[in-house]
Amino acid sequence: MGSFKLGKMTLGGLFKKPETTLYPIEKKTPPPGLKGHVVNHIDDCILCGICMRRCPTGALTVDRAEDIWSIDRFHCIQCYSCVRECPRHCLSMEPEYHFPSEKKFVSAYRVPPRKKPTPATKPAAPAAEKKEDPKPEEFQAEKPSEA
Amino acid sequence: MSNATVIPFGPQHPVLPEPLHLDLVVQDETVVEAIPQIGYVHRGLERLVETRDYHQFIYVAERICGICAFGHSYGYAETIEKLLKVEVPERAQYLRVIWHELSRIHSHILWMGLAADAFGFESLFMHCWRLRERVLDIFERTTGGRVILSVCRVGGVARDIEASELAHIKDVLDGIKDEYNQLCKAFLEDTSVKNRLVGIGYISKEDAHAMGMVGPFLRASGVNYDCRILGNGAYGKLDYEPIISNDGDCYARVKVRALEVVQSIEMIEQAIATIPDGDVIVPVKHNPEDGAEACNVLEQPRGECFYYAKGNGTKNLERMRMRTPTAANVAGMTVALKGCDLADVNMIVLTIDPCISCMER
Repeated sequence: MGSFKLGKMTLGGLFKKPETTLYPIEKKTPPPGLKGHVVNHIDDCILCGICMRRCPTGALTVDRAEDIWSIDRFHCIQCYSCVRECPRHCLSMEPEYHFPSEKKFVSAYRVPPRKKPTPATKPAAPAAEKKEDPKPEEFQAEKPSEA
Repeated sequence: MSNATVIPFGPQHPVLPEPLHLDLVVQDETVVEAIPQIGYVHRGLERLVETRDYHQFIYVAERICGICAFGHSYGYAETIEKLLKVEVPERAQYLRVIWHELSRIHSHILWMGLAADAFGFESLFMHCWRLRERVLDIFERTTGGRVILSVCRVGGVARDIEASELAHIKDVLDGIKDEYNQLCKAFLEDTSVKNRLVGIGYISKEDAHAMGMVGPFLRASGVNYDCRILGNGAYGKLDYEPIISNDGDCYARVKVRALEVVQSIEMIEQAIATIPDGDVIVPVKHNPEDGAEACNVLEQPRGECFYYAKGNGTKNLERMRMRTPTAANVAGMTVALKGCDLADVNMIVLTIDPCISCMER
């Protein structure tokens, strides 16, 4: 029995570095394996659609006709399934979190046509001519990684 | 009962982290009866087995509860492995135990913080949560997630922990142990804490048994029941004894949880010392047979969680059912509330560590 059992620890806290950080000014370095956000190295993507089938939330969409790989980051749960299953290892998980956004959008990436493998995929020649922004009213397309 | 009044308690209440509603029938200041009501956070997660295959459902199972996230994915994975008759590599079993015991540490310390907050010991609450943060940092380093880890998979675990990282876990736990002992002293010996907890919300051993209570709530009433002793996974290879108290009051529940943290640290140290080398996952491709069933129990931080799975020959399960610890403990809570002072209701409700999200799924 007795009181002030926490006195030593509390007083000791006066002489220690604070446990917390001043967040917006001082940011923690993310550890290397942190599941921050999914990145597609779009040049290597063959639009096979395995990531789309494995995704438990349906955040990924592969549109072979339009040569577009897109991700709804508001649905993505960073479970790592797509990265693990990608046969070309073009998907990776980067340790930084995305900044919050006021508006919901889907990030769409167009696969460069020259890199598109011909044998396994369906012919998508008619759509390859349209080079303008894909469906701007629904898609807020980010710049492909090479730009 | 002529002058009985019904006081609604919750679902929004400062002491409740989750929405539980209680109708407290009070006579003067004494609670005569407590009638619980749930249904505020039902999400229908069990039904998602119809639209997610058994590999994908692990991410749904994980989201049943934020605190027992790893526990649910572990329990689900073990159930499916039983259903598919898959042998998990030994290293994966050890890694699962390490992560699960870390979850227990963070869950118990979080709860102790909430309890301290409920009995008005604000600085103790902050110290508890400060220590818990270190466990979350371990999760972040080893799994890539702080709360939802997504590391457990059917057939093993998604990531290995390297020897250097295991040594780091041990160092962090050594640091926690030292400071945690001081916190424990405050919880178990401080007069103001004892005044608030001793003799409150008493449940006898017989009542505890009859109400089907589980976890630390049950063990605090003197019943020796802990699923880890069944030896599922790597638990069978670790040396440990369940922590029991015979007092059956709020203080006993705090004591059981406080001592379980120390025990979990020891178990992790044992696991780190004896972890074998090898693979961490085996590929699982086949579907469960039509009509095949499997049951499993897992001792989560809040108590025994029961899992049932039934296959239908496809990659989707026919049925997935979980009975979470809070579902078992709410009946016991109503017994504990009977005859208590109105001012003690919040403390008693908190000492069962209710997780309504788990309970309603």
